[in-house]
Amino acid sequence: MIGALILRDVRRGFTGAAWLPIAFFLLIATLVPFAVGPDARLLARIGPGALWIAALTAALLPIERLIEPDRADGVFDQLFLHGVADEAAAAAKIAAHWLTFGPLLVVAAFPAAALLNIDGEALGITVVSIALGTPGLAALAVAVAALTAGLPRAGSLAGLLLLPLAAPLLIFGAADALLLEAAVSLLLTAGAPFVAGAAIRAART
Amino acid sequence: MSALLRFEDVSLRRGGRLLFEGLGFELGAGERLQVAGPNGSGKSSLIRLAAGLLRADRGRVDRSPLALADEAAALDRELPLGQALQFWNRAPEQALDSLGLAYLVLVPVRLLSSGQLKRATLARVAASGAPLWLLDEPMNALDSEGARKLGRLVERHLERGGAVLAASHQRLGGEWRTLELGP
Repeated sequence: MIGALILRDVRRGFTGAAWLPIAFFLLIATLVPFAVGPDARLLARIGPGALWIAALTAALLPIERLIEPDRADGVFDQLFLHGVADEAAAAAKIAAHWLTFGPLLVVAAFPAAALLNIDGEALGITVVSIALGTPGLAALAVAVAALTAGLPRAGSLAGLLLLPLAAPLLIFGAADALLLEAAVSLLLTAGAPFVAGAAIRAART
Repeated sequence: MSALLRFEDVSLRRGGRLLFEGLGFELGAGERLQVAGPNGSGKSSLIRLAAGLLRADRGRVDRSPLALADEAAALDRELPLGQALQFWNRAPEQALDSLGLAYLVLVPVRLLSSGQLKRATLARVAASGAPLWLLDEPMNALDSEGARKLGRLVERHLERGGAVLAASHQRLGGEWRTLELGP
């Protein structure tokens, strides 16, 4: 059942809106040189930080379609009746969301880095730090989506919730602290299924 | 004969309002029970309580494996009906056939009418193989032909030793024990 759920979500992601956050990410990376001017040294210095801001905002885009449609359509109820714990369903959601978000974002990080004049060793470190951060971002997005599912103005509320919680990912990611980045990402990925599962259960009426 | 569903001294409070208290009944193999009552009397809450999706404030509920059909279809809107049902059940063909939906197998769920969607929801329950069926307002949006097919499906399920608990403010076809919930 879990495997089927992940497969279903991945298929829905790729036939649906999986490319939207990626396009958004690239768009922001394109805007940065326009905003700060064409000074190549300055761009290279602020590049990794700008990429992380782009990644964080891109992670916000899919939040409203992660949990709410399935909650409203009774999918989580039926999964529960089929013996799938809400935490397990949430973990499957995280895995599926990461699969449609993480790898694409890492690939998109290459052209985005080129736009910001990041190259050589810095390019490798930036891409690795984004790759390490994507599981944490995906997990956080699902947890926040579950916490705000069914609420009015869920989208804006989700932004207010997610961005502060993602701050450690941004700080360690932009500071090239790869081990700390991995640790925070791991912590978020491990904790999110429980938060999201409890939120799905609490939203049941 | 052991009960497929048993309520013992169950109380439920929703939004600060007591919906029912001291509720007790048993549903054995081959039995069907209709929960009746006006809008807002707690029929759907009782069904969700029976399913285990809500917790009782007092008392206990014992249940066997069950399938639930309520207002939410839980079918993937973009997929053809047959594939959407296969997510929940390996072989939904027979259930689809008995609800007169066989010709819609290749039609995406989002194009179905509300009556067809209701039938599809019932087909999901019929294909589940669970001994206990919980049906919340199964007659909503069904035409007379659909209601007849549902009646036959319920009869067959009871003959096989299943049990059905249905919440409805309408009259259901066949002989039902009723449980009246107060306003």
